[in-house]
Formats: sequence, C-alpha cells, structure tokens
Amino acid sequence: MEIFLQQIINGLVQGSVYALVALGYTMVYGILGLINFAHGEVVMIGAMLALSALTSLLGMGAPPALALLLSIGLAMLGCMVLGYSIERIAYRPLRHAPRLAPLITAIGVSIVLQNLAMMIWGREYHSFPQMIANHSHTFGGAIINDIQIIVFVLALAIMAGLMVVVHRTRLGRAMRAVAENQHAAQLMGVDINRVISITFMLGSALAAVAGMMISASYGLAHYYMGFLLGLKAFTAAVLGGIGNLRGAMLGGLLLGLIESLGAGYIGDFTGGFFGSNYQDVFAFFVLIIVLVFRPSGLLGERLAERA
Amino acid sequence: MTHTPSLLQLSSVSKQFGGLSALSDVSLHIRRGEIYGLIGPNGAGKTTLFNVITGLYQPSAGEFQFNGTHYQTAKPHVLAQAGIARTFQNIRLFANLTALENVMIGRHVRTRAGVFGALLRNRATRDEEHAIAERARKLLHYVGISKPAQTLAKHLSYGEQRRLEIARALATDPQLLALDEPAAGMNATETASLKKLLKTIRDGGITVLLIEHDVKLIMGLCDRVAVLDYGKKIAEDVPEGVRKDPAVIAAYLGGGDD
Repeated sequence: MEIFLQQIINGLVQGSVYALVALGYTMVYGILGLINFAHGEVVMIGAMLALSALTSLLGMGAPPALALLLSIGLAMLGCMVLGYSIERIAYRPLRHAPRLAPLITAIGVSIVLQNLAMMIWGREYHSFPQMIANHSHTFGGAIINDIQIIVFVLALAIMAGLMVVVHRTRLGRAMRAVAENQHAAQLMGVDINRVISITFMLGSALAAVAGMMISASYGLAHYYMGFLLGLKAFTAAVLGGIGNLRGAMLGGLLLGLIESLGAGYIGDFTGGFFGSNYQDVFAFFVLIIVLVFRPSGLLGERLAERA
Repeated sequence: MTHTPSLLQLSSVSKQFGGLSALSDVSLHIRRGEIYGLIGPNGAGKTTLFNVITGLYQPSAGEFQFNGTHYQTAKPHVLAQAGIARTFQNIRLFANLTALENVMIGRHVRTRAGVFGALLRNRATRDEEHAIAERARKLLHYVGISKPAQTLAKHLSYGEQRRLEIARALATDPQLLALDEPAAGMNATETASLKKLLKTIRDGGITVLLIEHDVKLIMGLCDRVAVLDYGKKIAEDVPEGVRKDPAVIAAYLGGGDD
C-alpha cells in the first residue's frame, strides 16, 4: 500500500510536468493543426538557460530565492523568443503547404536545436545547484519532498492561470476563434498572425518552466533530455485528445500515473523478468493503444470535427 | 478629384482564377445610408465581389475606395478596422463558443487590451471586458435572439444562427454591413422579420450591401440594385428600373416577372 501511494505521488508530480509540456503541443495543434515536434527541444533549451543563469547568478553571490526567480524569468523570456522565431522562420512560410512539409520541418528544427545546445553546453550532464535544503515529508507511509510539492503546486497554478486566460480574456477568445475558423476570425478584426505568435510564445514559456522543474527534480540537465520528454508529452496530448486543453492536462497526469505505477509493479507482474528500467515503454504502449482504439483521445472531439 | 458622397466605390475591379474571369471590370458605388442590393444568377461573381471588398481575395486589377481611402491589397482585419463587416452565405460562426462570446469577438477590432492586460487582469482590462459583454448582450437583444447568451452557437436554431452572425458583424461597429444571402433557407416569417431588422439597421445609420437570391426581398427592401452576370455588371438602378431593364430581363429574370 505504501508503494502504491508512493507511486501515485511520483506519478502525479511527473504527470504535472508532462501536462505543462503537453499544453504546448495541444495549443499549437488546436490553432494550426500542426504538431510542433521541436517543442521538446524548447523544454531542453529552457532547462539549460535556467541552469546557466542560476549557476552564474549564484556565482555572483545573489541570494538563492532571487537567483531562482530571475533565472526562471530569463528562461521563460528566452524560450518565448525562441518559440516566436521557430514559428516565424520555420512554420509561417509553410502555412499553406501540404501538411507533411511543416511536420518534416519541425523534425529538422528539433535536430538543429539539439545540436545547437550541444555546441553551447557540451555533451556532459549539468547538475542543478543544491540551493535549499530539500526536506522530505512522510505522508501515509510515502515520502514526498519539497521540490516535488513545489513542482506540483506550481504546475497546477500555471494550468489554472492558462485556463483563465483562454476562457476569460479577450486574447483567449481570439485564440479560440482562430482555432475554429481563421477566415471568420480575421473578418472580426483578429490579426491571426499575432494570435499564432502569442500562442507559440505562451507554449514556450510553459516549456521553460517545465524544463526548470525537470532539471530541479532530477538534479540534472542534458542537451538530449528534450527528445524523450517531448515524445512523452506528445503522447499525453494525444491521450487527452490533441487540440483540447483540458485533455492535455488530464493526459499528462494520467500518463505520469501510468508510467509510475507501471514501473512500480512491472517487476511483480512479470516475476522480475522486466524491471522498472522499462518505464519508458509504457508511454509508447499507451500511444499505440490510444491511436488504435480512440484516436481522438479521451476528451477529444475537435479531431473528429476536423476530419 | 472631388470628394464623392460614396461610402464604397469600386473602380474597374477584376478577379481572375487561373483562366477563369470571375469579375471583369466591375465599377459601382454605394452611397452612405442606403440598402444596396446585388443580384445575379449563380456563378455571376457576387460572392467573389464580397471577398474582394472584405480582403479575403486580392483583386487582379482595379481597386476600391472605402470611406475615402484606396485599397487594393489589405488584410481582412485591416478592412474590418476600416469599417467593413460581413456575414457568410454558409454560416461561419464559432460553433463551440457561446452566443455571447461570438458577439464579443466582434468587439475585438474596437478594443485594445493586450497580452499583458490579459495576463495581469488589471482594472482597465476588467472594465473593458465588462463593457464588451454588456454591449454584446444588447446586440443579441437587438437582433432578436431570445435564447440564453451562454448557449453554444451550434445549439441555436438556423434562423438564430443567421441573426447571431449579423450581431457579430454589427459588434465591429461597421459603416458598411455586407450580407451574403442572409435569407437563404429562411421561411416566410423569418424573412419578414429579417427585412424589418435590416431596415432598423439602416435607420440606425449603417449602410447595407445585400446579396440575395430572393428577388422579392431585394425589390422590396433595396434603394438601389446592381445586377451581375458572368462577372460583369449589366445594370445598376433603382429596383423598378432594374426590373424593366431589357438586359436584366434577358440575362436573369428570363422574361418573367418573379
């Protein structure tokens, strides 16, 4: 029972990070019908930027809390510029091209970003500076530490904030209108290029936060970390129903739980044949199951409407 | 050049799609405060003309002048800002937004709260949102939608969806309201109340451009009528004049008196 509770906690924390990244995929898909495969790399760049900023700020003797806030702000800003540029340079010229073209471009952008990061930060693992004592708390026999609590609460707060922006503001209304019908939205005076740029920037800002969270919880960042993470978050978005914001959140949390519980129990179920190092298999197993049995995802109806 | 009393003036506008000429050398002018009808058989180029003046198509040749400014290549949101609003032949609402939100989107062009306003939700932004919602509610009432404002657009009846599209267009504070077959698919009662609504809109000071197949509606409502045939303007006159025009009778009314 303790193991179960522990895996639930780990799964929810991991899942909340997947959800933040999945939101980036789903917002762009909802508006452009494009799968931005470079999004995982934006997460990685966010983590790297935050880490570099944090290390140098701490080196200059800045107080930890201030350094943390500044570096997360810088990473968000950097990723917003990056997200804007990716859309402007790689996707906008292909807006009316066949759908395969931007998809391949996205993969290209992702390779470019990976190599760029490797040139800047090298191939080695960068460790996240230990700044605050990471206390552990016991909760019904399971252990949860400070970083996990912060990650989970912050992720939920950001998601709630995003929902308010999308459903309660003029900008969000414009985003939803563009997602439904670009022509009609333009005729209402909505500048769709601006809305698309802002969508990319919002998604990238979330990615930066997610990158920071991951490197803080694993204590590491690496130029290759975005690839697998991006695929998993994409899986989460598909699981929830790509194009649907609530779906991305639900899909992220569910995927985190499935992975965590799967890794925790696979050894028992297979008599020790498979171990928890098979954790990564679960995400893609889920992807296959969803694509075969419910391609529109758990909450997805948009996909069916589009088809 | 002297200042014209026209709100919209088209000068020799042509639009080609490949080898097909959808509009050739069309000139017309719409006066401020009138209801101007545009009729013609299917494929005569009526909708193409709409798409040109709302910026969805760029004319191949010619240009148009709206409210004293020349336009040849302008994005739809710029023309919306200039004061041209339209509805579509096949209804294009935001189906999964509520009726109220559909109209509120129309206010987009006249409001300015930016990204930071949206994120920070400061006082000015909240006040603006409140004013937009209030205005949108009034417009829903104005066009005669009695269902709750929170109803999703896709759950409204056909006639109400048409009205909602008009309300959304009115929310942009247009000087010219262009309606593409607003009576299509409406029954006689709905058409009669549409006619009343259009008159109210005109009396409120908004110029109306109307494409319609329902010749009776056009003749009973419009101050002046233009007739398109194969992309050319073959007549432009008051309804009685058009009705008697031999070219129009030959091309469109087929000798009958519909």
